[in-house]
Amino acid sequence: MNFDFSDDLKQLRDQARRFLSEQCTPEVVRRSLDEQEPYAADLWRAMADMGWIGAAIPEEYGGAGLGYEGLCVLAEELGRVVAPVPFASTAYLAAEAILAAGTEAQKRAWLPKLAEGSVIGGFALAEGTGNPSPNAIRARVSGGRLTGTKWPVADGNIADIAIVAARDESGEIALYLVQLAGVARRELKTLDPTRDQARFDLDGAAAEKLPQAVGWSVVQRVLDRAAILMAFEQVGGADASLQMARNYALERFAFGRPIGSFQAIKHKLADMYVALELARSNAYYGAWALSADAAELPLAAATARVSATEAFHLASKENIQTHGGIGFTWAVDCHLFYRRSKQLGLALGGAPFWKNRLVDLLETRNAA
Amino acid sequence: MDFNDTPEEAAFRAEAREFLAANAPLKSGSRPVLRLGGMDAAAVQRCKDWQAKKADAGFAGLTWPKRFGGKEASPILQVIYNQEEEDYSVPRGLFEIGLGMCMPTMMAYAKPEQLDRYVRPALRGEEVWCQLFSEPAGGSDLAALRTRAERDGDDWVINGQKIWTSGAHLSDFGIIVVRTDPNVPKHEGLSFFFLDMKSPGIEIRPIHQMSGTRHFNEVFFTDVRIPDTQRLGGVGQGWKVSITTLMNERLAVGEVARPDVDDLVALSRSVMVDGEPAIRNGAVRERIAEWYARSQGLKFTRFRMMTAMSKGETPGPENSIAKLVNASKLQDIASFGLDLMGNAGLVVDEDMAEAYAMFQSALLSSPSSRIAGGSDEILRNIIAERVLGMPSDIRVDKNKPFNQVPTGAR
Ligand SMILES: Cc1cc2nc3c(=O)[nH]c(=O)nc-3n(C[C@H](O)[C@H](O)[C@H](O)COP(=O)(O)OP(=O)(O)OC[C@H]3O[C@@H](n4cnc5c(N)ncnc54)[C@H](O)[C@@H]3O)c2cc1C
Ligand SMILES: Cc1cc2nc3c(=O)[nH]c(=O)nc-3n(C[C@H](O)[C@H](O)[C@H](O)COP(=O)(O)OP(=O)(O)OC[C@H]3O[C@@H](n4cnc5c(N)ncnc54)[C@H](O)[C@@H]3O)c2cc1C
Repeated sequence: MNFDFSDDLKQLRDQARRFLSEQCTPEVVRRSLDEQEPYAADLWRAMADMGWIGAAIPEEYGGAGLGYEGLCVLAEELGRVVAPVPFASTAYLAAEAILAAGTEAQKRAWLPKLAEGSVIGGFALAEGTGNPSPNAIRARVSGGRLTGTKWPVADGNIADIAIVAARDESGEIALYLVQLAGVARRELKTLDPTRDQARFDLDGAAAEKLPQAVGWSVVQRVLDRAAILMAFEQVGGADASLQMARNYALERFAFGRPIGSFQAIKHKLADMYVALELARSNAYYGAWALSADAAELPLAAATARVSATEAFHLASKENIQTHGGIGFTWAVDCHLFYRRSKQLGLALGGAPFWKNRLVDLLETRNAA
Repeated sequence: MDFNDTPEEAAFRAEAREFLAANAPLKSGSRPVLRLGGMDAAAVQRCKDWQAKKADAGFAGLTWPKRFGGKEASPILQVIYNQEEEDYSVPRGLFEIGLGMCMPTMMAYAKPEQLDRYVRPALRGEEVWCQLFSEPAGGSDLAALRTRAERDGDDWVINGQKIWTSGAHLSDFGIIVVRTDPNVPKHEGLSFFFLDMKSPGIEIRPIHQMSGTRHFNEVFFTDVRIPDTQRLGGVGQGWKVSITTLMNERLAVGEVARPDVDDLVALSRSVMVDGEPAIRNGAVRERIAEWYARSQGLKFTRFRMMTAMSKGETPGPENSIAKLVNASKLQDIASFGLDLMGNAGLVVDEDMAEAYAMFQSALLSSPSSRIAGGSDEILRNIIAERVLGMPSDIRVDKNKPFNQVPTGAR
């Protein structure tokens, strides 16, 4: 058994951490928070040049061939710094959807562009309030034209293409590639302004079917795989929140002693640590499932998702709490994590959706 | 990453599986072995027989030196064996302390001829060992212990009382930490021994537990003599030796007690809520998912730890999390399972209660898991201080002579 990342990947992690601590500072994140720029374009280009976006895209399609474990390592580091980039939309969702359901020609046409960062991808599933469900898909395609409303779509205003879930003429759900130039898009105000969110009003947009896999199962497949990658971002964010709380607890004095010497604070930090370690271990199992393309992947994904969402929520809220009044200010970074925790926790469907799915999968497994 | 066994590991796993299949019933569907169940003579004998069989087949003390009957195997093989044994119902509860804590301490401090005398019989389950640490004055605050040892020629004379000693009434030997000097600060005046539990002057009184059984004891010492040759570590070095024992306590692989998530899933399929199996109920599903994620998180945390160990790293205080999480999970699952049964959840008659009354039994036994072997609060302190580097508590007892430290009415 070897349940750890390889030395090469640990090196990649260290390099990424160093790079991001210099290039993705809180000032960079705050430019998106304050709506000066929708995403950190310079950072995005640098990430593309280093091969990060195409980390898990096979080399034949212009990727770096680092494999899924490499992508997981990078995701954790990006989560740690609340990176304001369309990484999840492009690398976990759009690229994965094309890999899962695209033809050879579609893969050759789009994956190299996604990998080199010249094309930003989006994934348009939700049509308003509600968790992912086949019943919620009303968008339709007829004669290669897609009509429907999709919101929220992460990174939808900055994306060049989107993979859109819609029904074909027979009513079957499939994924469609839509080039977004000319599509009516609106920027949404959200809880986490460090990530762009859009509303698409598609009125007969040209749509190219990804025909190699259809039905809700391909949507779920994309969600499952993204859930594992996103779990690493959540773990990174939870770890950063815990570190921030820890550092503050050592520096801040009240009643003549560091607040970290009060058990109320110690036990809070211990609980954050426990949740984080459980989430990290579940995410590792997901990384293994992704790289081995294991049959256990769906259950591993739901488990990683449930665990990581809980850990990041706990760590980001208790980080604010540990900071006292200053934690409630715009100037201190606690809220960046708190916002991102909710954004990630909702992105692929909220906790109740994934808990329910986890038990579905357990029931199927136990019945087998 | 991979979970693949090396050829050596795979061969060992096959051997372990073969041994278990031939000698023990599968756990699934079988009656749970209750850890704190009262042990009558027959149960004691079953434990001893199983341990002897396991040792003779070469599956006990896997990581121990060969000269004591071990295999000097890598810790990974121990994990593999434990994984395989998890699936079987085997008699437990008599040797965990002796093999998991007492023997490692002996191996670190006892003389070679003592090891030749004691280790093999312990490994075969011929002799049972207990751990005499806690006292009425303190369990968490172990160094507050008051049992006195005074030097008399080649012996030490022990007077005082230990409490909560698991299995003392079934034990042949014990390890004990006592105060040899009350005039120095508390951690500096302790010494550590092993002793014969049949020594004159020892009186053992079983304690009636809230779960109804009697598995731990009060142990009284009146002028009990221990030869100085049975001292482990230097005079005044008892705290250091105790730490060795407690580090091993953290490592001792705790069996996941039942009911666990799988038991709750099974219960939720058979019990009805609003005319449907409980597992169709959203609130039930949510809880199952949360506990499942915790169980899996612990399982894979252990895999990470084993990977680190196989690379030669020593496991640290990070491992406190398993016990902390499992203890509350057990108590919560027990309580939740009973809630699903409605009023009938009260009934403990095994022929009428659901699931062999394991939920009821766990409700009453689980409070102990949150106290024994480091309480929840102490474990959180350890994580905060040793892992996260928080300052230790401000203490009023550390640098004073022990006999000037404040004590309470209890
Ligand atoms: C929205 C808002 C409005 C406010 N309005 C006012 C106002 O109008 N007037 C005014 O005077 N103040 C006001 N305050 C300040 C508020 O009273 C303080 O923020 C609060 O008392 C906490 O103090 P602190 O921020 O210095 O945090 P600290 O005291 O530094 O606390 C930091 C952390 O340590 C913990 N901690 C501190 N001491 C202990 C201890 N002994 N044991 C255990 N844990 C401890 C705290 O619980 C907290 O989690 C306001 C604060 C907010 C957020
Ligand atoms: C089933 C069972 C079997 C046992 N078997 C053995 C055995 O074989 N040998 C043996 O030596 N002992 C044994 N023990 C004793 C066990 O180690 C102690 O019960 C345990 O260490 C707690 O000590 P205590 O009972 O004195 O409680 P106390 O230490 O008095 O604790 C009371 C409460 O105060 C809290 N507390 C204490 N100190 C702190 C602190 N610094 N910070 C925050 N909270 C604190 C505790 O968490 C607890 O909630 C056993 C106990 C049980 C329940």
